[in-house]
Amino acid sequence: MSTNNKKAWLYLLPALLFLIFFMVYPLIDVIIYSVEEGYNFASQTYFGVGTYNFSYVLHDPYFLQAVKNTFILVIITVPVSTGLALLISVGLSSIRPLRELYQTIYFLPYVTNTLAVGLVFMILFQRTEYTDGMVNLLINWFGGESVDFIDGPYWAKMFVLCFYTIWVVMPFKILVLTSALASVNPDYYKAARVDGTPRLRVFTKITLPMISPMIFYLVITGFIGAFKAYSDAVALFGTDLNAAGMNTIVGYVYDMLYGDSGGYPSYASAAAVILFVIVLTITCVNLLVSKKRVRY
Amino acid sequence: MKIVLQNLTKKFPGRGKKAQSDVIAVNDLSFEISDGELIALLGPSGCGKSTTLNLICGLEKPTGGRIFFGEKDITDLSPELRGVGMVFQNYALYPHLTVRENIVFPLENRKGKDRLSKEEMNARALETARLVQIEELMDRKPGELSGGQQQRVAIARALVKMPGVLLLDEPLSNLDARLRLKTREEIRRIQKQTGITTVFVTHDQDEAMSISDRIAVMREGVLMQLGRPQEVYDNPASLFVARFLGTPPINVFEGEVRNQMLYIGDEAVLAVKDVPDQPVWVGVRPEGFLPQKDGALSCELNRVEILGRDISIISSHPACTGQTLRSIISAEMRADTSDSVVRFALKPGKVFLFHKETEERIPFAAV
Repeated sequence: MSTNNKKAWLYLLPALLFLIFFMVYPLIDVIIYSVEEGYNFASQTYFGVGTYNFSYVLHDPYFLQAVKNTFILVIITVPVSTGLALLISVGLSSIRPLRELYQTIYFLPYVTNTLAVGLVFMILFQRTEYTDGMVNLLINWFGGESVDFIDGPYWAKMFVLCFYTIWVVMPFKILVLTSALASVNPDYYKAARVDGTPRLRVFTKITLPMISPMIFYLVITGFIGAFKAYSDAVALFGTDLNAAGMNTIVGYVYDMLYGDSGGYPSYASAAAVILFVIVLTITCVNLLVSKKRVRY
Repeated sequence: MKIVLQNLTKKFPGRGKKAQSDVIAVNDLSFEISDGELIALLGPSGCGKSTTLNLICGLEKPTGGRIFFGEKDITDLSPELRGVGMVFQNYALYPHLTVRENIVFPLENRKGKDRLSKEEMNARALETARLVQIEELMDRKPGELSGGQQQRVAIARALVKMPGVLLLDEPLSNLDARLRLKTREEIRRIQKQTGITTVFVTHDQDEAMSISDRIAVMREGVLMQLGRPQEVYDNPASLFVARFLGTPPINVFEGEVRNQMLYIGDEAVLAVKDVPDQPVWVGVRPEGFLPQKDGALSCELNRVEILGRDISIISSHPACTGQTLRSIISAEMRADTSDSVVRFALKPGKVFLFHKETEERIPFAAV
């Protein structure tokens, strides 16, 4: 090994140690836990090695419910929040007066505590025996029936969860997209104007391709973030998510470890590994699609 | 297409907290560009030449004045209705589209009966690509092309609509020196071949002189002089124009006219008829010096540069406004450079007098 090479490794060492201790080791440990059958937390013993943990988790109705919830959440919130963010940032970059004010307002949810936002949402959507929430009052005003969004039918709870998630993730997306839009060289728009390009065509043929790397980044991180959702559900429905039927995969992992019915690190690890595989697959698919779609 | 600018004025509102008065980018500009002409707008940065181009293009609205294409007043028309092709300084090629898609782009914008069929569009794109000699690059992306090739694609995209007017904003500034020479000939060839009225903006006088039919020298939004390159070079209307044109630049001295005689320092260098006595600026082109044993102007010799075809003599003179003065003489002429002093006679046609305050040209008749 040449001196130069040794030097390079020496410089890499701190980062490598950090990554090995805090990223690689825990990952391997989780995989090991997930194949140890009948692991006992207190005595640190187990019966054997096998796939029983996975089969248990995959047959657990709570886990299946969590997977279903998570997928619905991902499929609805990622496209909707990205699309809305794009719409709002295009709007923001085409207005001049009060732009900074609007930008600040749209960014506020990002710096607000998610639990506080959850509380506000609960108050907005809740319906108790004594009072209707603001949303229900609105529904009544339009002549509809009151719905309990927090403790009522599944679709209503899912609606609130999606609404809340979109609300929370959008500021960051708007921030990224407005800066992406601002970085497009204005000469392209001038050239398009001289050629009499219709506005919609300018958007689809110039603006969108120019910012497509940023949109792609947001979609990937959006997918990953939504798959890892947990605190959102807790903020709205409290900690007993299984009872509410609103658990997510990460919520299930947590419950298996520390919840009221917890103390099963093997099941939790198995669920975590399954989540890892799902996210990895989706991200790979994303990358493959983007190779074809994200130009330039 | 003939272009007429009539009292064109463009003011930009003052910026910043102190919000000073408006910035006048173009000030009461009037001139005519005849059909099929290649004209260069020349001036230092900030002289309003790009703004003028944008006004002709329609990207900026004038504060005052009118613009005519032929007999038609197009001042209030939006750019796409004017029939202009524009090439931007950085070319503004869409990086995600191939060369072909870039060239076809303006045609695809058309709607209704103006819209061509796909075959017609492709044929037109190919024809234009042939004109600028890039037909073998049609399926590449702009990022895979050299600067010169990108430039051609940009010109092709501007020409594919068959505009009446072609506008070029600093078309050569992003190219290296060698490519610049080649490309400016190329622009000239394309312009000649299509016969399109062309306006191009540059701050490089070499570029402007070499390819344009006429040049318009601008300063602070005002047209200083308009004419054929040789005319403007031989007959500058002001000290500014004289200084701006020519490489190496003109040598400027402080001088004085007394009794029909031009003095630089204490030396009477040239007889000038019909000029009242006054202090003047004296501009002498580098090729206006003739080394002579008994020449009227004596300068301290600094060094001699031999460039093969000709020789530059670099010397200094106390009345010269520059650090040194540079004269160019052909290599056949033997100058005596053994001494520390070199004496020059001046060629009257290469000497210009300018008013001390207004810096306007003072005509004189050589004896």
